[in-house]
Order: sequence, then structure tokens, then C-alpha cells
Amino acid sequence: MQSTQAGAASGISLRQSRPRYGEKVIYGILTACAAVSILTTGGIIWSLFVPAWEFFQEVPVTDFLFGTEWSPLFADPEFGVLPLVSATLIITGIAVSVAIPLGLLSAIYLSEYARPKARKTIKPILEVLAGIPTVIFGFFALEFVTEFILKPIFPEIDIFNALSAGLVMGVMIIPTVASLSEDAMSAVPRGLREGAYALGSSKRQVAVRVVVPAALSGIVAACVLAISRAIGETMIVAIAAGQQPNLSINVLEGMQTMTAFIAAAGSGDQPTDSIGYKTIFAVGSLLFVMTFLMNMVSIRLVRKYREVYE
Amino acid sequence: MSAPTLSRPSPSEPTSADLASTGEPIQDKSFRWLLFIALSIAIIVLGVLLVFLVTKGFPRLDSRLWQNMPSVRFPAKAGAQSAITGSIWVILTTAVICLPIGIGAAIYLEEYARPDSKFYTVVEINIQNLAAVPSIVYGILGLGIFVRALALGQSVIAAGLTLSLLVLPVVIISTREALRAVPQSIRAGSLALGATQWQTVSRQVLPAAIPGTATGAILSLSRAIGEAAPLIMMGAVTFITFNPNSLSSAYTVMPIQIYNWTSQSREEFQVLAAALCVLLLIVLLTMNAAAIFLRNRFQRSW
Repeated sequence: MQSTQAGAASGISLRQSRPRYGEKVIYGILTACAAVSILTTGGIIWSLFVPAWEFFQEVPVTDFLFGTEWSPLFADPEFGVLPLVSATLIITGIAVSVAIPLGLLSAIYLSEYARPKARKTIKPILEVLAGIPTVIFGFFALEFVTEFILKPIFPEIDIFNALSAGLVMGVMIIPTVASLSEDAMSAVPRGLREGAYALGSSKRQVAVRVVVPAALSGIVAACVLAISRAIGETMIVAIAAGQQPNLSINVLEGMQTMTAFIAAAGSGDQPTDSIGYKTIFAVGSLLFVMTFLMNMVSIRLVRKYREVYE
Repeated sequence: MSAPTLSRPSPSEPTSADLASTGEPIQDKSFRWLLFIALSIAIIVLGVLLVFLVTKGFPRLDSRLWQNMPSVRFPAKAGAQSAITGSIWVILTTAVICLPIGIGAAIYLEEYARPDSKFYTVVEINIQNLAAVPSIVYGILGLGIFVRALALGQSVIAAGLTLSLLVLPVVIISTREALRAVPQSIRAGSLALGATQWQTVSRQVLPAAIPGTATGAILSLSRAIGEAAPLIMMGAVTFITFNPNSLSSAYTVMPIQIYNWTSQSREEFQVLAAALCVLLLIVLLTMNAAAIFLRNRFQRSW
């Protein structure tokens, strides 16, 4: 966590007696590289919020946030973002209810039960799963999960539906939950486990009643980050959940999420000064704010457990 | 299972588990199975995914895929050459831009910055947040800044710049880990012999951190290869039937071509999409394997 200050900074002056301008230039360049991250955040905020501001000059914020009709590209446009938000939350809900239990149980297995050799084989497999492009997951959701798994069970299901997108997205997020929770569990000091064993606990009791509670802030951070990833995921929903704004809780129907709308509207060719084009940035701002808040919560929580144990 | 199995509680050597009560009650046994099943589900889905893609794409996994150009009307003749060359162009551009900046930022944070300074804290939180910003938001950034404000249009360079910013946090985080693994004594020794800070970093610390850095670099580029969402925002969805020949060329990439084909209604295009998925996965798995090999082969333990 802490940066390693090179020895030069400590105590006696080890610095050279004459100035070295080359060192200063290099220091400047390296600082500039680090500053790119701040510029990126600034760039995101600028490119999102300026057009979004123009959008809200024309459409009242309340109409946008609480309207239930979304048809920004029609001749008689409606800008109620609720159908997109509800679709996003429904699909996120499905994904998270797959990913959190499975990811957490996998993490307990890897951290507390698996032998080193098993860990060495399993972790790269999870890394591969985490590295599969989301466009491939989307294709898999549409062409396999909907076609061969969901259709036989629910014959009335739409070709594009929230359920298959949510389920596949859940599998996609398992590695995120598993590896971050496992990090938190591994950071729990051995002393706590040994104390519990000394009191006669079984392995399961140690895992469930000692390690998981002790790692809780890290586990919650992993779950929050998983939710954030699910909200921001684009390709799976764009391919498998369809492009129909739909304020419904029926997961067998297609529904358009915020990200799917952005992708669809962004790939169309609308004039850049049209209100339809500006909606991209309004929805994008909302998406950014939602994920930003969750990321901050997650970062805070991770710092907390690191402070306690490291 | 009467004898207590000497199962290990943590990656390091056993001992504490040996102290666990002997015999395994039924709840414990079923809990162990529950954990195992949960982990298996993820692995099984991965297996099913791979088998599905290979069986579905098999009829089109031949030289047409990389020798022919995409075609809307003739699926039998369609290939993905422009997408493959486009991916190569975009990834090389991304690598050239993001690796120096990412490694530079990591060196700054690990070797130069004071951890108690305001700038350090701001940069660190920024990086952690940027790592979790949805990729489509980077697309909006690319659209707003590179495509429009800098007027780069739908070009390879605009895509490379955007993807660079997208994977920069990953490069920085993995390089920092590699730098942190180099022991302090190396730095102290170098400084004690009169080397400057930069001489220490460039001649001692960086060479020692190369395997870890290279592993991180490969993994972050493999993430960039699979990205479609940001490039869709930047207008890469149009059908491109020529190879890019400069940084300002129009382009398409493999994930975009897959997305294009999935949205076609004819079954032949779905087969093509599956075949291209397999090709993309082969590329990614090769990169992953290279990264793991580098990690295992060259990583020194101090």
C-alpha cells in the first residue's frame, strides 16, 4: 500500500553536491505521467457534463429522472429515463444474485480449503474467465443460454430478454467477486484462525464465523464493485437484452439498459446538435455518477480493511 | 473420511488446521461440498462456452476467415481480414501510447512520490476509480475529446488513445506491484555507491521488475483487444472492407466485427461470429499463456 520511499529520503543527506538537471527533467516527466490519470477524470467529466448541461437546458431534470416514457429519437420525444434505469437495475440484480453467492463461496474455498496446488490451477482458470471479452459473453447469452437453456424452460420467452443477459453477466462477474474477496480473506491474520481452532472450532466454523466477519469490509467492497461493473456492462446487454425501452419487471421480456441505449444511440448517425444526440450524455452522466458513488464506497472499504490488517 | 485430512487453511504451510477438531460433522462436510460446487459452476460455464463456440464456429474456422473481407451479401465469402489487421493496428498504437505513460506513472508513485502528499493521494484514488469506470464512458470521453475536440475522427489513433486511457490504470497497478517486489536493499546499495535516483531506478529497479511489468502489460493489452463498447461510441461500427494503412485510417476490430455479425439475422453470420470468437479467444489465451510463462519463468524470488 505504502509507496516505497527510496533510501535517499531518510536521514543524512545522500544527495549529490552539484545540481543535476537531467534528474529534474525526468522527475517532471514522471510526474506528468502520473497526472494523466487526473486529466482523464477531468476529460470524462468535461465530455459528459457539458453536453448534459445543454440537454438539461431543454429538458427539465425532473422530467428526465421521473418520467416513465423513453422515446428520445421519436418525432414527439419523451425523456423519462426510468425504463432504462429499471432495466439496468433488474439485470444488475440478476447478475449480482448469481455472482455474489458463487463468487463468495469460491473465495472461501480458495482461501480456506484449497491446497496450494489446487489454487495454482484454479486461479488461472478464473483469470481466463475474467479475460473473456464481453462481446463473446453477449453472443453466448443470445445464441446459447436463451436458445438452449431458457427457451425449453420458458417457451414464451423473448429472443432478447433480461434473464439470459443477467445470468451470463453474473458468471462474468464471479472472478471479480472471488478474487477481491479472497484477497480480503487472505489478509486476515493467522492468529485469529488459530485462536478459533484452539477453542475447538471446526474448519467451517472458522471460515464462516471468524474469517468472513473479519474480512467483511473487503467482501462488501468486492460486492459493491461487482454491482458497479454490472451497471456499467454494455456489450452483453446490447446483444442479449435487446434495444426496446420497457418499464416492466418481467425478466422474460427484452429491455434496454442505460448502457445499451448509449451504445445504440452512439452508433447511429444523428446530428451532433440534436437533442437526441445530447441524451447520450445525459444518460452517460447518470451512469457515471451511479458507478462513481459505488466505486468510492468500495475504495473506502478496501482502505479500511488494509488499515486494520496490514 | 475418518482420519482427519491434513487440509491446509492458508497458502502457507499447515499447522493450525491440524489443531481442528477431529472427525468431520455432516454440516462441515456438506459445507465443503457447497463451496466446491460453487467454484465448479464458474469453471463448467467456461467449459460450456468454449465447447459451444468451437462447435458452432467450426464450419467457418478456415483460411477464409483471415483471407477475405467482410461482406453483407455473401456470407460464404465473408471473412474478417480487415478486423484482424485493424485489431493489430489499434493494439500496437495502444501499446506504444499506454505502456510508457503507465510505467512512468508507476515509477513516479513507487519511487519518487511522497505517500503523504496531497498529489499522491489524489492520483491514487483517481487510478482506483478509473479502473472501475464503465468502458462505455471511456467511449464518450473518446468521442468528446479525440474524435470531436481534437478532430481525429474515426481513426486508428483516436481508438488507440481511448483504449490507452482505458487500460492505463491496469498497467499502472500491475507495474507498481512489480516495482514493490524489488527489495529495498537493491536501491540502498545503488544509492550508497553514489548513483542518482534515476540511475538507481533505470539500472537496478526497472530491470529487476521487467518480468512483472511485462506480465501486467500483456494482460492489459489483452483487455484492450477484447473491448468493443468504447469503439462503438467512436463510430467503429460501419462496415470496413479494407485494411488500415496509417494512424488516420478508418478501422474495424475483431470484437466490433463479432457484434456486427451477431446483429445480422442470417444463421451463416452467426456461425461466422462464433468462428471469429474462437480466433479472438485463441489470441487472448496465447497472450494469457505468455504472461503466465513470463511470470513463472523469469520472476526472481529475492
